[in-house]
Amino acid sequence: MIATLPTEMTPPLRAARLVIARDLMLAFRRPDQLVQPLAFFVMVTALFPLSISPERATLRAVAPGVLWVAALLAALLALDFLFRDDAQDGTLEQFALSGQSLTWLLLGKTGAHWLLTGVPLSVMAPLMGYTLGVPVSASVGIMLTVALGSLALSFIGSIGAALTLGARRGGVLLSILILPLAVPILIFGSRATELAIRGEAYLAPMELLGAIVVLSFTLAPLAAAAAVRISLE
Amino acid sequence: MIGSVLRAENLHLWRTERHVLKGVDLRVCGGELLQLTGVNGAGKTTLLRALCGLNHLEEGRVFWNEHDVCEDLEGFHASLVYLGHEPPLKPDLSGIENLGFWTGMRRRISRAAINDALIRTGGGEFATRPVRTLSAGQKRRVALAGLLLAAVPLWLLDEPTTNLDSSGQELVAMLLEAHLDAGGLAIAAVHHGLGIAASRLRELNLSA
Repeated sequence: MIATLPTEMTPPLRAARLVIARDLMLAFRRPDQLVQPLAFFVMVTALFPLSISPERATLRAVAPGVLWVAALLAALLALDFLFRDDAQDGTLEQFALSGQSLTWLLLGKTGAHWLLTGVPLSVMAPLMGYTLGVPVSASVGIMLTVALGSLALSFIGSIGAALTLGARRGGVLLSILILPLAVPILIFGSRATELAIRGEAYLAPMELLGAIVVLSFTLAPLAAAAAVRISLE
Repeated sequence: MIGSVLRAENLHLWRTERHVLKGVDLRVCGGELLQLTGVNGAGKTTLLRALCGLNHLEEGRVFWNEHDVCEDLEGFHASLVYLGHEPPLKPDLSGIENLGFWTGMRRRISRAAINDALIRTGGGEFATRPVRTLSAGQKRRVALAGLLLAAVPLWLLDEPTTNLDSSGQELVAMLLEAHLDAGGLAIAAVHHGLGIAASRLRELNLSA
């Protein structure tokens, strides 16, 4: 330690928890960012039966793809908000100067982002699946896969969101950066959902999704912290 | 915090094609205030940001208590507060909630301590209102309370009296005096003097 500190420093986990609590409080004070991706997801999935065919067998066959593409795009839409407000009002600057590890704080922010977008999406997915003729028995499987997939996407997306902070219209750039990395999530996610709908064991693609979550959880916050530092200059 | 020293030598920084900091040397000891002066664009804010590591220096080193800050940047950050142009307060949270969050990042803090600090900076009346409803000067008073709550030896202030009325400017001088009395040190970018006794004041003119 360089300096003698007046009191003991807040431990990093507690600091990350504070960030999560603050972000949740902010989101509930101003729920528009919470509702937007969810409304997008509902609209897209609700339009498919109208545009393809109301026949159950056809809908059920395309349901995994429809649910996953819509969830992926909704989550991408939400990623644009991840750091933007905090970059504009100087919060990220203060994060970097708080004496806390920026990696932990961004981990907290990304976790809060998942709680606010990924979790509502995963609750909504089986409901929208039901309108596509998916049996109720597949609900738990769909919920789990969407929850896991959106978690991985939040982490991977945090790198893109941090990298595009300096760009004036970062939204499109963010999608271009993130989509290639999101393809494996889409493949394994929709495969697991398909198996769940058919009533078969979906553990294998879920495990691969889990592996992506672990990988992104360990690496993404470090990369995002480095990218945020660059954007502060 | 007695005897803290911030020293910087030969700081060089380029902003694209412009050489903003041209070999800046400075030294501030506990109990002293360094006033950064200079015309607009002279690099006052840049120097403050470079000292705390937000802007990347091309050349030069910064020492905190004679240790290079690069060795333990987080430890150095734990002993400083940087207050920029815009106080980093969330518009949808109240002043107390904002302060609770920022101070909680550093150490455990009680609600009573937050209230005390707000009363000292004259923010007690409006601290429960959402920050979005406050005037610029009121926000600044809330941010000043955060400065007190951080309880750190080094203050880096960018135009600390912006938007404040005359009683607010006296308040800044009073808080600074108390901070220096306790052995703290401060660097402030200013256009007008802050009203601190000349004996503990140093000045660095970046236009010169």
